Amino acid sequence: MMNAIVEKTVQEQWIEVGGVADIPRDGARVVKTPLGDIAVFRNMADEVFALRDKCPHKGGPLSQGIVYGRRVACPLHNWHIALESGMAVAPDEGCAASFPVRVEGERVYLSLTPNEHCSNH
Amino acid sequence: MKKLKLVMIGNGMAGCRTLEELLKLAPDMYDITVFGAEPHPNYNRILLSPVLAGEMMLPDIVLNDLAWYENNGIALHAGKTVTKIDRVKRKVIAADGTEAGYDRLLLATGSLPFILPVPGKDLPGVIAYRDIADTEAMIDAAKHHKHAVVIGAGLLGLEAANGLKLRGMDVTVVHLADWIMERQLDKTAADLLQKSLEAKGMKFLLGKQTAELVGGESGRVAAIKFKDGASIPAELVVMAVGIRPNIKLAESAGIHCERGIVVDDTLQTFDPKIYAVGECVAHRGIAYGLVAPLFEQAKVCANHLAEHGIGRYTGSVTSTKLKVTGIDVFSAGDFMGGEGTEDLLLSDPKGPQGGLYKKLVLKGNKLVGAVLYGESEDSNWYFKLMREGTDISALRHRLLFGETHLGDSGHGGQSRAAAMKDSDQVCDCNGVCKGDIVKAITTKGLFTLDDVKAHTKAAASCGSCTGLVEQILAHTLGGEYSAPEIKPMCKCTDASHDQVRAAIREQHLTSIADVMAKLEWKRADGCPSCRPALNYYLISTWPNEAKDDYQSRYINERAHANIQKDGSYSVVPRLFGGSVTVDQLRAIADVAEKFEVPEMKITGGQRIDLFGVKKEKLPEVWGFLTERGLVSGHAYGKALRTVKTCVGSDWCRFGVQDSTQMGIDLEEMTWGSWTPHKYKMAVSGCPRNCAEATIKDFGVVGIDSGWELHVGGNGGVKVRATDLLCRVTTREEVLEYAGAFMQIYREEARYLERTAPWIERVGLPYIKTRVVEDAAGRASAYKRLLESQEVYRFDPWAERAQGVDKHEFTPLKVIAA
Ligand SMILES: Cc1cc2nc3c(=O)[nH]c(=O)nc-3n(C[C@H](O)[C@H](O)[C@H](O)COP(=O)(O)OP(=O)(O)OC[C@H]3O[C@@H](n4cnc5c(N)ncnc54)[C@H](O)[C@@H]3O)c2cc1C
Ligand code: SF4
Ligand code: FES
Repeated sequence: MMNAIVEKTVQEQWIEVGGVADIPRDGARVVKTPLGDIAVFRNMADEVFALRDKCPHKGGPLSQGIVYGRRVACPLHNWHIALESGMAVAPDEGCAASFPVRVEGERVYLSLTPNEHCSNH
Repeated sequence: MKKLKLVMIGNGMAGCRTLEELLKLAPDMYDITVFGAEPHPNYNRILLSPVLAGEMMLPDIVLNDLAWYENNGIALHAGKTVTKIDRVKRKVIAADGTEAGYDRLLLATGSLPFILPVPGKDLPGVIAYRDIADTEAMIDAAKHHKHAVVIGAGLLGLEAANGLKLRGMDVTVVHLADWIMERQLDKTAADLLQKSLEAKGMKFLLGKQTAELVGGESGRVAAIKFKDGASIPAELVVMAVGIRPNIKLAESAGIHCERGIVVDDTLQTFDPKIYAVGECVAHRGIAYGLVAPLFEQAKVCANHLAEHGIGRYTGSVTSTKLKVTGIDVFSAGDFMGGEGTEDLLLSDPKGPQGGLYKKLVLKGNKLVGAVLYGESEDSNWYFKLMREGTDISALRHRLLFGETHLGDSGHGGQSRAAAMKDSDQVCDCNGVCKGDIVKAITTKGLFTLDDVKAHTKAAASCGSCTGLVEQILAHTLGGEYSAPEIKPMCKCTDASHDQVRAAIREQHLTSIADVMAKLEWKRADGCPSCRPALNYYLISTWPNEAKDDYQSRYINERAHANIQKDGSYSVVPRLFGGSVTVDQLRAIADVAEKFEVPEMKITGGQRIDLFGVKKEKLPEVWGFLTERGLVSGHAYGKALRTVKTCVGSDWCRFGVQDSTQMGIDLEEMTWGSWTPHKYKMAVSGCPRNCAEATIKDFGVVGIDSGWELHVGGNGGVKVRATDLLCRVTTREEVLEYAGAFMQIYREEARYLERTAPWIERVGLPYIKTRVVEDAAGRASAYKRLLESQEVYRFDPWAERAQGVDKHEFTPLKVIAA
């Protein structure tokens, strides 16, 4: 019990992962974590998003896909995934866990506690 | 801003499709009110036939349920017929007095079945075949009565007859002309069809004119009498003798009508506040009676209602298929032929469907019409050749045999959609059966190949089953989907690939942002299907000016290696002409050992593929290879892949030319160049052709007097052997022709179009004119290739080993446990 609480507070911390400029526009970079890879995306409008780097279809690395608008197309079989939520765009179904990100100044901060709505942690 | 008021009269397929398109473009522009005479939400009229045949139920065919109207804020008056349009006060009035005012009015009243003006036409038991009510009347009649007569052996009549027969009635089809479906078929095909329908138990009376319908004691129709005095029993008479655009209402409001309500290319009537779409419309004198052209109208009309003001409807070419299970009939264009045309015929009186018959009508060097019976898997191909006006002179000798060739892989020889069982697999890549596809089409209301791909994944991978899926679609929906003449590049624009290319060249556009701004892209940064195409068009048109945009490239080209299914990459060094030295082999062995490469393979293009390299390791692997003199093999790109060679005259006892050296020369000239799709070459030292040059994009075969040049072949899913381009004598000529052909392909083919479909689209004669006959044009195309190569012939691996694009290969951060 005690342990779980400690772990949770640790995970909720914001971790600085780099500068916005380190991520190419309409591109992504990978953050390696003990819990697996997380893809951090930046779009044309300089918005930053973070998703588990694993496509809900067959696990393709989303960080390698083409980013457009607020979506990324998976490099393996071209599923389209919404960057804010990690949800596959209809008619495909499934989701990749999304993670809270914050941009402060030029720096990008990531939390390792995934948002709730997706069970594919 | 206050919303405008849009009223639609006619709650049918064309009208509702227009609303759907409109809501996509301008969801908040209008308050929408819909009047529909039928007491139902919009349903798929096409599928009344399967409902009648007992293959589907009525609830299955609803396209827009009541919730759809509600969710989109549409006020629906179902069951209310509009009887008056007041154009001065701008309002419509229904039979029950309901009124609605409009800023814009959309007429989509469809058509009315034509009823023969014979005595007895109003008797109970005499109906048309148009809507749910008619279908229910037929289903009910089949329960209580025995004899059905269908007047008219057109598409609709035969589908009605088929359904009634399946429901156990004794069905006779009466027809005025000498053969059935005379508006779609010639006599030979019609006779074959009639025979096989007779085998299903239907009876036919041809050349018969109806004189009277005779009532029985109950007051219901009991018999049909003909002009020649004969008569047969009939407790159900279905009139299927044609339809007339429903223009009564429009006419009474003084809107200009001819055959139908007259509209211009924007679907506007003579009253600028009033638009019209669907079967009620006459566009350039034509009233269409199939869904496909109506949906094209819907798209354009919605665009103008949304005040985007782009898009014109310029008419459609249509084709027909009969939706009777197990029978393949197709017809399109000028199928009767006549003066100035020639027929190509193939006919076999025996065959699984009671015979096989193909007739192709040619005019000059173009295909203008087709009738197919018993086998229609090539219907899409013929239809495309007709629509695109392809010069078929080079194909003529094999045109009748169709596009599907022996040797195509991936569909187990299955090519006849109609004959397939629901459990038969159609898409072997994604494991989709025929039944899945039919179900998706009918229950989800799909009308296009793209819809089917998105919903079922059939034909979404290798594409070899595309033809089959199109057939199933056509067979389920009856009319074949005639693609718009100009197909937009993707959903981000209305411009076609060719239009975009022309704009890039003519307006000297040199960046993706420029193109999107000039051509008014609908989505700010495009999508994964247009961006790679635009990037390619830019760098191939302006090699010196356009900057290669890596974020618009697919991952393989961005990372310069092939992504594998586990997310690792494979590395293929270039071995020019497939020749290797001891040092090169040793370098490859060393790199494999040093980086613990788990697997290696010799590829079909005579290269060595190293699998399982982690992305972070790529620059190091490349550094190692470049130090030892090896460069990128571009095995990952839409680019020059490989030039495969046989050993040739240096060693082979049959060899007449030095194929290995020729291959090396060709590869040194072209490596590093980007192409619309992957591009492969091969060189054989004699006509024994050990390098398989005749299934390559460009093939060279040594002959005694020089070289034979071949173009447009490929292996893979859809094998195509090359066409012979010409013969030349010298090495320099080979290089010039090869370079010119490649450059014209680079400049004119659409992105992701391989040489084979490109040549089939533009025709071999065109290629010959450009590459063989026009010597000055050839020389200048060759020169343009060499100029582009000044920029693009470099080793991307060497650069990256030196640190270019470092971000691509390193994690942003590593968070330790
Ligand atoms: C049995 C059958 C099978 C078919 N099979 C095929 C096929 O295989 N392939 C193919 O491409 N096409 C097929 N068609 C044709 C296709 O269904 C029509 O082309 C298409 O439905 C026409 O669409 P529309 O919107 O113009 O007219 P409709 O879908 O007929 O819609 C018009 C609607 O307007 C209503 N209406 C008319 N006047 C008024 C008024 N004054 N007030 C209120 N409402 C009014 C009508 O009641 C009707 O509901 C078939 C048609 C039938 C009947
Ligand atoms: S193609 Fe001719 S020259 Fe080349 S290996 Fe075969 S037989 Fe010898
Ligand atoms: S793994 Fe992403 S689409 Fe298949």
